[in-house]
Amino acid sequence: MTTKYTPTIATEIIQEYSAAPEMLVQILHAFVARFAYLSDEAIRQISLELNLSRADVHGVVSFYHDFRTEPPGEHIVKICVAESCQAMGSRELTAQVEEKLGIKIKETTDDGQVTLEPVYCLGNCACSPAIMIDEKVYGRVDASKLDGLIEKCGG
Amino acid sequence: MTESVTVFIQYETAAVWLGANEIADRIAAAAEKNNVKVNIVRNGSWGMSWLEPLVEVAVGDDRIAYGPVDINDVDSLFATSFLQGGEHDLKLGPTADIAYLKNQDRWTFRRCGLIDPLSITEFQAHGGFAGLKKALESGTEHVLEQVKTSGLRGRGGAGFPTGIKWQTVASTDAGQKYITCNADEGDSGTFSDRILMESDPLTVIEGMIIAGFAVGASKGYVYLRSEYPLTQQIFGKALKVARESGWLGDNIQGSDFSFDIDLHIGAGSYVCGEETAMLESLEGKAGVIRFKPPLPAIEGLFGKPTVVNNVVTLGSVPDIVAFGGKAYDEYGVGRSKGTLAFQLAGNIKRGGLVEKAFGLTLRELIEDWGGGTASGRDVRAVQIGGPLGAYFSADQLDTPMDYEAFAAVGGMIGHGGIVVFDDTVDMAEQARFAMAFCAIESCGKCTPCRIGSVRGVEVIDRIVANDDREKNINLLNDLCDTMIDGSLCAMGGMTPFPVQSALKYFPEDFNK
Ligand SMILES: Cc1cc2nc3c(=O)[nH]c(=O)nc-3n(C[C@H](O)[C@H](O)[C@H](O)COP(=O)(O)O)c2cc1C
Ligand code: SF4
Ligand code: FES
Repeated sequence: MTTKYTPTIATEIIQEYSAAPEMLVQILHAFVARFAYLSDEAIRQISLELNLSRADVHGVVSFYHDFRTEPPGEHIVKICVAESCQAMGSRELTAQVEEKLGIKIKETTDDGQVTLEPVYCLGNCACSPAIMIDEKVYGRVDASKLDGLIEKCGG
Repeated sequence: MTESVTVFIQYETAAVWLGANEIADRIAAAAEKNNVKVNIVRNGSWGMSWLEPLVEVAVGDDRIAYGPVDINDVDSLFATSFLQGGEHDLKLGPTADIAYLKNQDRWTFRRCGLIDPLSITEFQAHGGFAGLKKALESGTEHVLEQVKTSGLRGRGGAGFPTGIKWQTVASTDAGQKYITCNADEGDSGTFSDRILMESDPLTVIEGMIIAGFAVGASKGYVYLRSEYPLTQQIFGKALKVARESGWLGDNIQGSDFSFDIDLHIGAGSYVCGEETAMLESLEGKAGVIRFKPPLPAIEGLFGKPTVVNNVVTLGSVPDIVAFGGKAYDEYGVGRSKGTLAFQLAGNIKRGGLVEKAFGLTLRELIEDWGGGTASGRDVRAVQIGGPLGAYFSADQLDTPMDYEAFAAVGGMIGHGGIVVFDDTVDMAEQARFAMAFCAIESCGKCTPCRIGSVRGVEVIDRIVANDDREKNINLLNDLCDTMIDGSLCAMGGMTPFPVQSALKYFPEDFNK
């Protein structure tokens, strides 16, 4: 569960990593896990406490796909769009989920329930196609299983 | 009944979300209702992914396997006395006799599926830590010698001889050195790092400690991709278990040698699997490729001599030290020594992990193990070695799996991923994806990769749309050559391989 950003919690997280600049990637992960995304305020605080320039922190944030800077939906649905899953119909599944949710990949539903993201392999390729919903990795996904999983997300 | 029956149910990414946890609960509840005692062990994966979730019952000296089990099968399993090995549609017989497993050459993965991955006792009962003990007794020179003799080459992709890499780090003077374990496993169609780290994590830990001992490093890092949350959980626990039992940390097993390991999580970047980008990321920075030289073995993490090895490379080391390099060298062919964990993926009937000595053919893997396509249609294309690997046509399935034979036909074995496509595949679409993926994942340092890949997508679109097709095909070939010649690393330098092989073997798909 994510919580609302507060500078106190943010400092606590940074201190867990001894405010070490080489832990920046791990700190950013911990922020996203805790606050769901990286706000400007968060980035400012991280740069101050790690003694880095804000541009440096921004550079790292924007390099990695995991570090989102916008609030995501309640659930994050990642569709594997890499080759093994393509061979098992991930293109069709992507179209199906886009239609069902009425959004494109990388968008969030209007009701804020679901954010749809692409992912390049979940290491579940022997059970392709695979998708990940909030850290759960489902294999052998077909149209009806996908429908069921999306419905559980309130989509 | 008093005696309890041991039931094994996997705790591994593929199985867990195919229902293994619920099945375990249901079996426990049904046993209680039926007044029988069961001892449920959560083992790792045997790598027979198509049979997951697999349930095994200890009967006499055997483990009788049932699978793939659905939660709704539990009642009928009880009704047919599966706890005594009773007959059932899902019964597969003794696990060890399943041909898929029986015909493998299990070395690195020999404990996967067999044991509870977090039990030091079981690990040791099946030969775990024998390599490390031997190393501590026999000294660094002996270890380096065994790894060199084994012929072990890097399993992460490039196939560089591990012994030579270790020797370089060992011979470089420095107060601090590092061992880094590359668990970024970004290639589509690969999951052997994941299976080893989830099913026998202590082997990877043991391999890292031995590497540290051999080169004189006291600190190790594992760089694990963020797409593997369950692996993170299991491996994190394994580190704890190893520390608590004195196999990791200060003065390992009372020796003079100390070594500890930190677990770092990647952040969804494919290029961070490249060793220098991984080191940048471990230093908390963006994963931009470094110029080489200097090699990481001379100036790596924080500028110190660093071993960078793949999970499977490190996991192969303990038994090489325990049994001697010669024993490993006996497997394989030519300069491809030992075993590789091939991974059967994509449109394949029996997907999973097959650890086999180098030298068998692609056809044996796809047909004998894999059983052909999942769709039942003809195999049309096979991509080997991840997104930077060439596509093979159905005519090339007799290529033997060895590094040199693959290089000779413009392919690469890489991390051993084999992705099968049936005859519904559109190879122009696959070529386009290769370029698009490079555009998304490029670290941005050099133009041929950063810009070339974007152009590549546009040019393929024009070819497919029959817009000045001849001219654009020539342009695509030129672009590929520029990327191959002008890119700093294999991201830009090898993306043309899937593109050009698609164009070469499947020209009709660009000509519709
Ligand atoms: C774009 C790119 C991605 C790579 N991804 C990985 C990876 O995910 N895992 C890995 O072990 N090696 C990967 N490599 C290879 C590493 O650079 C390096 O060769 C390897 O980790 C060395 O370990 P080894 O000798 O044990 O194979 C990648 C290389 C490139 C160019
Ligand atoms: S080839 Fe691509 S990924 Fe490699 S250094 Fe150049 S821009 Fe970066
Ligand atoms: S390609 Fe989809 S899980 Fe690997």
